[in-house]
Amino acid sequence: MTTRLFGERVARSEDRRLLTGRGRYTGDFEPAAAHAAFVRSDFAHARITGIDVAAAQAVPGVLDVFTYADLADGFADRLPLLVPSDKLIAPRTQHALAKDEACYAGEVLAMVVARDRYVAEDALERIVVEYEPLPAAVDLDRAAGPNAPLAHLDMTDNLAGLVTEETGDVDAAFAAAPHVYDWTLRMERSASMPIETRGVVARYDEREDRLLVHDATQAPTGVRFGLAMLFGMDPDRVHVVAPDVGGGFGVKVIQFYPEEVLVPWAARRLGVPVKWIEDRREHFLGSNHERGQIHHVHVGAADDGRILALEDRFLHDTGAYCSYGLILPIITAAQLPGPYDLENYRYELRSIFTNTVPTSPFRGAGRPHAAYVMERVIERVSKELNLDSLDVRRRNFVKEFPHHVGVTFQDGGPTVYDSGDYPKGLATLLEQLDLERTRTEIATARAEGRTVGLGFGAYVEGTGIGPYEGASVSINPDGTVSVATAHGSQGQAHETVFAQVVADELQVPFERVHVTTGDTRRLGFGVGTFASRTAVVAGNAVLLATTEVKRQAAAVAARILEVAPEDVVFADGAIHVAGAPDRSIPLGRLAMASNPTRYAFGADAEEGAKLSQLAYEGGDRPLPEGSHPGLAATEYYSPTSGVFGFGFHAALVEIDLETGHVDILRYVVHHDSGRIINPMVVEGQIHGGVAQGIGGALYERIAYGEEGQMLNATFMDFLMVTAAEMPRIEEVHTETPSPNNPLGIKGVGEAGTIPVSATIANAISDALNTPVDHMPVTPEEVLTLAGKIESP
Amino acid sequence: MDVTLSVNGVSRTASVEPRITLADVLRDELGLTGTHVGCEHGVCGACTVLLDGRSVRSCLLFAVQAAGQEVTTVEGLAAADGTLHPLQKAFHDAHGLQCGFCTPGFLMAARELLDENPSPTESEVRTWLSGNLCRCTGYQNIVDAVLLAAERMRGAP
Ligand code: FES
Ligand code: FES
Repeated sequence: MTTRLFGERVARSEDRRLLTGRGRYTGDFEPAAAHAAFVRSDFAHARITGIDVAAAQAVPGVLDVFTYADLADGFADRLPLLVPSDKLIAPRTQHALAKDEACYAGEVLAMVVARDRYVAEDALERIVVEYEPLPAAVDLDRAAGPNAPLAHLDMTDNLAGLVTEETGDVDAAFAAAPHVYDWTLRMERSASMPIETRGVVARYDEREDRLLVHDATQAPTGVRFGLAMLFGMDPDRVHVVAPDVGGGFGVKVIQFYPEEVLVPWAARRLGVPVKWIEDRREHFLGSNHERGQIHHVHVGAADDGRILALEDRFLHDTGAYCSYGLILPIITAAQLPGPYDLENYRYELRSIFTNTVPTSPFRGAGRPHAAYVMERVIERVSKELNLDSLDVRRRNFVKEFPHHVGVTFQDGGPTVYDSGDYPKGLATLLEQLDLERTRTEIATARAEGRTVGLGFGAYVEGTGIGPYEGASVSINPDGTVSVATAHGSQGQAHETVFAQVVADELQVPFERVHVTTGDTRRLGFGVGTFASRTAVVAGNAVLLATTEVKRQAAAVAARILEVAPEDVVFADGAIHVAGAPDRSIPLGRLAMASNPTRYAFGADAEEGAKLSQLAYEGGDRPLPEGSHPGLAATEYYSPTSGVFGFGFHAALVEIDLETGHVDILRYVVHHDSGRIINPMVVEGQIHGGVAQGIGGALYERIAYGEEGQMLNATFMDFLMVTAAEMPRIEEVHTETPSPNNPLGIKGVGEAGTIPVSATIANAISDALNTPVDHMPVTPEEVLTLAGKIESP
Repeated sequence: MDVTLSVNGVSRTASVEPRITLADVLRDELGLTGTHVGCEHGVCGACTVLLDGRSVRSCLLFAVQAAGQEVTTVEGLAAADGTLHPLQKAFHDAHGLQCGFCTPGFLMAARELLDENPSPTESEVRTWLSGNLCRCTGYQNIVDAVLLAAERMRGAP
């Protein structure tokens, strides 16, 4: 009997350990290790003229205190530039410990290693740093303008990089456009904020010359190779494990944060295991942020609302450093057109240094801004021309695939949408919403004096980018199947969905498939979990490796059963001859037979040896040409390009004009991420994404004072949504398979977040009948928009 | 100084400085790493445990303050034979967890709720759980899991 788990709501294999308190997160390792703690710059911008560590050294329990002067070789260099680009004018990354200039409040200046964290923090207080404060570039607009304070002493302005690109003939299209508009749209800074902070635990075994690092990272493979190079160690002696990781959303993939280098360095230098678990304040001050952008759009429209020309000049706040190069604003620029066919589109992006925490992708990664800008443009054009914005959307949709957007994608290739059906997606959303009924309800509510509004948002999400991801699959003598992928997992259920793929292919029970992710001892080559790529890229690698193992198993079984490999069937954890189910061999036995040596105990040994004789003509003869012992394979999947999911959101909101509170009465989601491996997991990803989107639209904002001091570095002040604010999400989906990969899947990790700011902004705009051009829309902002209070 | 607590029904003694939090003692001294620390300032709820049946934030409590009391952690939720508590089972069935980091805190908070109110409404569940942060799930499946557990527990004889 063939069973099929692909597409089923399979409950997760990860759950049991996590529900019973037996998960293993980075902070759970090495309870007796020494602890590191860091001195962080008090100033957003300052010369460091001296650091006196003597008093800290003297604190009982302190093992050592380090500053930049203690670092040598590669450790004294600037940390790597993760995404180089020839458009990067000033590729600045930070030192592991600041050398003589601190460029954001929170930058690490010195490290204490002590018996425990309590003692380490006592010692921190005794370290005296001499600062010479410098003017700080904080506000993005100001930093980009003339005579701005400089974020870096050795620069003459704050421009990190500049990219311009054009498709079509934008100037000619503007000249011919009957309606032309100019708008400015802003999105403020926010951050990933996983509930588990970052953490690194390192142990160096001198006799074995082996380094073992547990790191709450999304990309252990990169950390491993980087550390091996820094230490001049054979990569086989460096192991990096991302164990259970308590959420990532982008912030846990930098390669390298200073602590990821310094903790292993200290462990090796001091000869003791060293542990650092970030506290929440450190996370605010020392882990990357995202979002801050300012867009100036110039729009040319036809009478019927078609966008004839669009020019977007925008500023991107890269923070103090740019280890991610220009990738974020490039994603924004490439995905700005969304589901719309913009024949004439031009952008100019300027990435600007400020003396704030560096920025790097946070779920959505440049796309929430893109969707927000484009969807506000659609709404405003519709409003100006007195058209139904849904009609305007339909008129502008891309209708043929593959579709060339005409600008460069984040992977450096062209942006090409592989597949989609936007009219169907929108229709599916509207059906769930029941548009007519909803409009009637709104009219009734307004007649009662209530302030309600309906907003829409659309998005296209490039997912599943290369270069590659790998998987190794092996069938074990006990009939279980071991699967390993290299990237880390942070709650996306990779252990479950990959097991579904393998169980289907080999027809073994799901419970017998054991998946390990993020352990370089199991698979050393990989890229990482980000950009909604893992299910797509590693998932297809799992399929390839399983297919290869299947081929091997069929070959061995065919020799034993004396039939052609094409004539065997995989079923019920065994292989049998087609048409003769009783002539079968369990996969475990086959695994034993395929390793023609003698190792098993008891009856299994006897049976295995017998089968082995059959499979290998006597056992000690050379292996058949082209075969190798065991049933095991490692394969890599390298996609030719990204695959593009899409979707539409709708929000019905009611505004309290007394308090500025925005109550989301309904939130409806349509999404299409190609074929779905596990709908339950996909829904979960969407729920979480929408929640982060709603937080970003209404509450979350990292606030800096004029001097570059963060004003809200606690969970008391940086507000995230709780169960009480979240509406129940209504979710519908369509499945437009990707033609670009064997599984036909697309990534979904970021989909939920991308169009939420756009949707909520449009809903508030509809309710208050006023443009909403600044996100988030906090209660204060709502009251300002409603004309209840003066703008601050 | 020595502190003796009853943890999940077993009397445990640890030698700690007075300034050590209950969370750190549970995790580092007693090896009960199921209790997580997400903010250390009392907001996220990841560190929630029950102290004599009432939920507390173990990051805000010194271990010495819990001396002589009964502490229940997530490790004490399932039955001795490994059978999951109805809440654990419902979280599994309803996909109420993703990364799992917030989960022990939610389980303990939800258990206190169901001890007090076996038939909460959805809005009561949402309000009760609003003291716990989850960054992964959007809360919907957590809320559904608690309602499901409540229903199943009421159904049990
Ligand atoms: S760790 Fe205790 S409330 Fe966050
Ligand atoms: S499941 Fe990850 S924080 Fe809740």
